[in-house]
Amino acid sequence: MNHSSSRIFARSWMIAVYVFLYLPIITLVVFSFNDSKLVTVWSHASTRWYSALLNDSDLISAVFLSLKIAFLSALMSVFFGTFTAFALHRYNSFRGRTLLSSMASTPLVMPDVIVGLSLLLMLVSVQNWLGFPERGLFTILLGHALLGTAYAAVVVTSRLREMDSRLDEAAMDLGCKPLQVFTLVTLPLLLPALVSAFLLTFTLSFDDVVLSSFLSGPGYSTMPMVIFSRARLGLNPTINAVATVTIVVVTVAVVASSFYQSHQERKRKREMALAYSDKNV
Amino acid sequence: MNKLPQFARKLFSGHKLVIGIPYAWFALLVAIPILIVLKISLSEMEMTSISKMIDWSHGWPTLKLNFASYQFIASDTLYVKTYISSLKYAIITTILCLAIGYPFAYFMARSPKHLQPMLLMLIMLPFWTSFLLRIYAWKTLLVSNGVINNILMSLGIIDAPLAMMNNSFSLLVGMVYSYLPFMILPLYANLSKLDIRYLEAAADLGTSPFKAFWLITVPLSKAGIIAGSMLVFIPAVGEFVIPELLGGPSTLMIGRVLWDEFFSNNDWPMAASVAVVMILLILVPMAMFNKAEAEQVEGKA
Repeated sequence: MNHSSSRIFARSWMIAVYVFLYLPIITLVVFSFNDSKLVTVWSHASTRWYSALLNDSDLISAVFLSLKIAFLSALMSVFFGTFTAFALHRYNSFRGRTLLSSMASTPLVMPDVIVGLSLLLMLVSVQNWLGFPERGLFTILLGHALLGTAYAAVVVTSRLREMDSRLDEAAMDLGCKPLQVFTLVTLPLLLPALVSAFLLTFTLSFDDVVLSSFLSGPGYSTMPMVIFSRARLGLNPTINAVATVTIVVVTVAVVASSFYQSHQERKRKREMALAYSDKNV
Repeated sequence: MNKLPQFARKLFSGHKLVIGIPYAWFALLVAIPILIVLKISLSEMEMTSISKMIDWSHGWPTLKLNFASYQFIASDTLYVKTYISSLKYAIITTILCLAIGYPFAYFMARSPKHLQPMLLMLIMLPFWTSFLLRIYAWKTLLVSNGVINNILMSLGIIDAPLAMMNNSFSLLVGMVYSYLPFMILPLYANLSKLDIRYLEAAADLGTSPFKAFWLITVPLSKAGIIAGSMLVFIPAVGEFVIPELLGGPSTLMIGRVLWDEFFSNNDWPMAASVAVVMILLILVPMAMFNKAEAEQVEGKA
């Protein structure tokens, strides 16, 4: 009796948290199909805000800018994040390791306004000194890549920790050079982690408003910057339509990638089992 | 015979590169910028530029440190009040996230193994959709003619709309909502590794489940509690977007002050000083976070 009532309590607690997490998202989607100009009062279903979206050239060009920045910064994040993860995980006793690991975790926890302000002041100093970079796409990219590197390093590190380092050693025993070990053994094993790091950092960049606002120059408004400036003024049904489109795209991408990941994981386990059984024959 | 030293040398140079690249990257984008903020916080605005820190006008270098911005922050009660109120909201957010997130993570870690990946994905999924859009969604829910008020009024539960927007209620809803996954994930990572045999042993020895929870589960999940709390508390102190969209005139937050000093007043030394004081406030929590992280890694190894 007591056992089942505690289970009911656990279930309702969890359901309540999920409702809390999904209520705003569901509302956004439902009201994006509302015909009324008043965002919060339901009149009848329509897709007028989606057609308004198609004619919203400001927003559309902002979406393309955001996609471009997100793609490039995610590539940079995975690149630098992998190096960071290797430095922190594989060589875990060099001078200055603590400094590197605390620098790498700073963008994770430091409030965005501080990261944005400090990066901007640094870039302005460099600009005064060398004459570049001009504030714009490049500077936003740098800010997003910094944030992304910190996240990518966490994802890759946790994968490296689970990996069997004996595989690398075996490859080295068989005569692989360090770079070959990396490209032939480590990289394929790391691939799922690199894919999830790419997706995560892509989303982070696509979502960022604070760093972009500090680092962008005239003529460079990302999608979150446009949405933020409209949301500050009040409620706007086109935001609901944009939100629904992004939610659908992201959900499909996340679900697909998690299926891909679990598929890869099963495949890897099967191959491992096969490899070990071969050895016994 | 000489293959081995050559191999060692190659490994060594690769080793240097692997450490050197991230080092240069973070030094350029984290360490140097923070030092520049510190430097600018000690200068003052001269017309449109910032005063030079090293003055050569006498023919020799003199170091000019200007503490005016810090003095202003210390003497103006608005700044002090804003810092205190930011800390207050960050602490309340952390406590609420812990109160909601700990039981959740605990139940999730205890739910059937095959369901756990799906439950975890359901926590992560909102986290993948735009944070900005989710905060905007709360605006449509909470305003006086918003969705919640409309529903409650049409059901006859309330006669007049509840004031849920642009006050500390809406601010805290937004903050808890955005930061809850950051609390749940490290707690779940920690609690799912908890050895159930400790609890069975305690039960065999006659400990009540409630007592066992406080004496065993909570102490063993200490690293997760600290990591989760710091992941919520530190960014919450400097949060800008949530107070801007959901807060009101009464909810002072330091992130907004920094933003206004920079974008509206164009006072860079002041913005830098506000940032430096904020960094000092979160330095101790950050050290705690790093320590808890290291402990969790060691526990895993």
